[in-house]
Amino acid sequence: MTTTATELPGADALQPGVPVVELGGVAVRVGGRTLWSDVDLTVGEGEFTAVLGPNGVGKSTLVKLLLGMVPAAAGQARVLGAAPGQGNPRVGYLPQRRSFDASLRIRGTDVVRLGLDGDRWGVPLPGLRSARRRADAQRVDEVIELVGAGGYAHRPIGQCSGGEQQRLLIAQALVRRPRLLLLDEPLDSLDLPNQSAVAALLGRICHQEGVAVLMVAHDVNPILHHLDRVVYIAEGGAVTGTPAEVITSQTLTRLYRTPVEVLRTSDGRLVVVGQPEAPAVHVDRHAASAPAAAGAAGGDRAAR
Amino acid sequence: MLLADAASPVFSWNLLTDFQEMWSYPFMVNAFRAGAIVAVVSAAVGWFMVLRRQTFAGHTLSVAAFPGASLATLLGVSATFGYFGFCVAAALVIALLRRKGRDSGAEESAVTGTVQAFALACGFLFITLYKGLLSGPESLLFGSFLGITTGQVTVLAVVGALVLAVLALIGRPLLFASVDPEVAAGRGVPVRLLATVFLVLLGAATAEAGQITGTLLVFALMVVPAATAQQLTARPGLSLLLAVLIALASCWFGLIAAYYQPYPLGFFVTAFAFGGYVLAHLGRAVHDLLGRGRGPLAIGSAA
Repeated sequence: MTTTATELPGADALQPGVPVVELGGVAVRVGGRTLWSDVDLTVGEGEFTAVLGPNGVGKSTLVKLLLGMVPAAAGQARVLGAAPGQGNPRVGYLPQRRSFDASLRIRGTDVVRLGLDGDRWGVPLPGLRSARRRADAQRVDEVIELVGAGGYAHRPIGQCSGGEQQRLLIAQALVRRPRLLLLDEPLDSLDLPNQSAVAALLGRICHQEGVAVLMVAHDVNPILHHLDRVVYIAEGGAVTGTPAEVITSQTLTRLYRTPVEVLRTSDGRLVVVGQPEAPAVHVDRHAASAPAAAGAAGGDRAAR
Repeated sequence: MLLADAASPVFSWNLLTDFQEMWSYPFMVNAFRAGAIVAVVSAAVGWFMVLRRQTFAGHTLSVAAFPGASLATLLGVSATFGYFGFCVAAALVIALLRRKGRDSGAEESAVTGTVQAFALACGFLFITLYKGLLSGPESLLFGSFLGITTGQVTVLAVVGALVLAVLALIGRPLLFASVDPEVAAGRGVPVRLLATVFLVLLGAATAEAGQITGTLLVFALMVVPAATAQQLTARPGLSLLLAVLIALASCWFGLIAAYYQPYPLGFFVTAFAFGGYVLAHLGRAVHDLLGRGRGPLAIGSAA
């Protein structure tokens, strides 16, 4: 951990052939209920994967499984060639959207810096270990440049816009050079131009920096042309494959066992119609806000 | 409360002779020492309290000092025990009740308010039981700098050093957990344990501050300097340092003013701190008006 900033980006790359994420027939039970089962997924280095599905179906739980916060009830899960949770220093995690209070007087740089050394105990003494501190500061500047936040990273983070905050948080998640970046609805509550800008940034991180990205998404459209792979979760099961294979009327109809139609608009956007509601009983973090969430989700399952 | 037998000293504007005169009284030397210790400790802990938005918890802990001190007086033991005992105990009670309440903000403030009301009521009972022989609850509530013993200064220094040492050890993870609890937890920072440890530190710091400013005015040294410093800069290290300096200045200026003027110490300390806060706000408003988009007053340049 301590030498992160001085290592070459690819120095600790996995042996070729070991996937970043490997799930084989995995099932997850939360509170005695099986959320989903028989999920197979292989994510290679530098691949962009989206986890899609209706609200409350357990998309975030998949991310928590990969972080080792939720155990697999069946099947085998490997992250970076080890059991989930063991490789966490090599995994960057961006929880579901959180925004900073407008009056919070801490700079964006400081928030990114905390991602690098916020878990170290003690205070840095002036004059001691200055080489490491220089390297750390350099890494923070580097990653802020990478996400294009140089223009506002010195401002108090509470005064940055939603899109600016999200970029700084992505920088924070990337600052330790993870091999895998897990994001939970990172585009939620951003306006459309910011959605596509952040999606493009994630695509660049993925394909140019070689970081595997797995993100939970509510709407596939902003990220569609950056995606390598899609996991579509339904109550019980899931389908995995390229977007062209998975987001089709046939596949989703088979998955949901009810007629689902995928329409393509003239500008190439996909609209999924007839996707069933999530079960009424929730056991995960959506529980408290389930009615509101179900209401808000009505937009992309029209025609009911 | 007033310096009746000090033959009403006059401020001469010659700081050297003024300090020589003030420090010829051992109780004034003790007052300045105790003030310095308390200002540093409460500003440092208060800075985190303001950042974590736990001022209500801080207020409750300071109110708990009131029954603590009055019970100690009633029992005839040193008030210092009452301050520290009750403040730290109240911190643990809040931490314990909160643990059950699962991070919900509304629940937390209700629990904190409940503890506060009971503490204040107990203090009132103990004062009444003492049957009027106590010089009055004012000095407990609004502070006094007379009669601070060398033994008290030693206790303040030992507890203060301990609080600062723990704060230095947990400082960075605590900052992480305060700003960004979810990611901090994901990185293995023990967020809940830190919250409890911080409440105990807060209890100890309010107990210290209460002995100088009185239990109702601890915010003069805990909230105001931190809020002022956070107005002036968004750099965590610099902001913390500024808070300590502002608290120290408010406290010592307050002591000087209270020595020369027949008005209470708590008022002067609070007035100086408040003056600094207003100036910082004005300064920032002017700065924002002049240089839009240049960020906060940038003091220094290296990250």
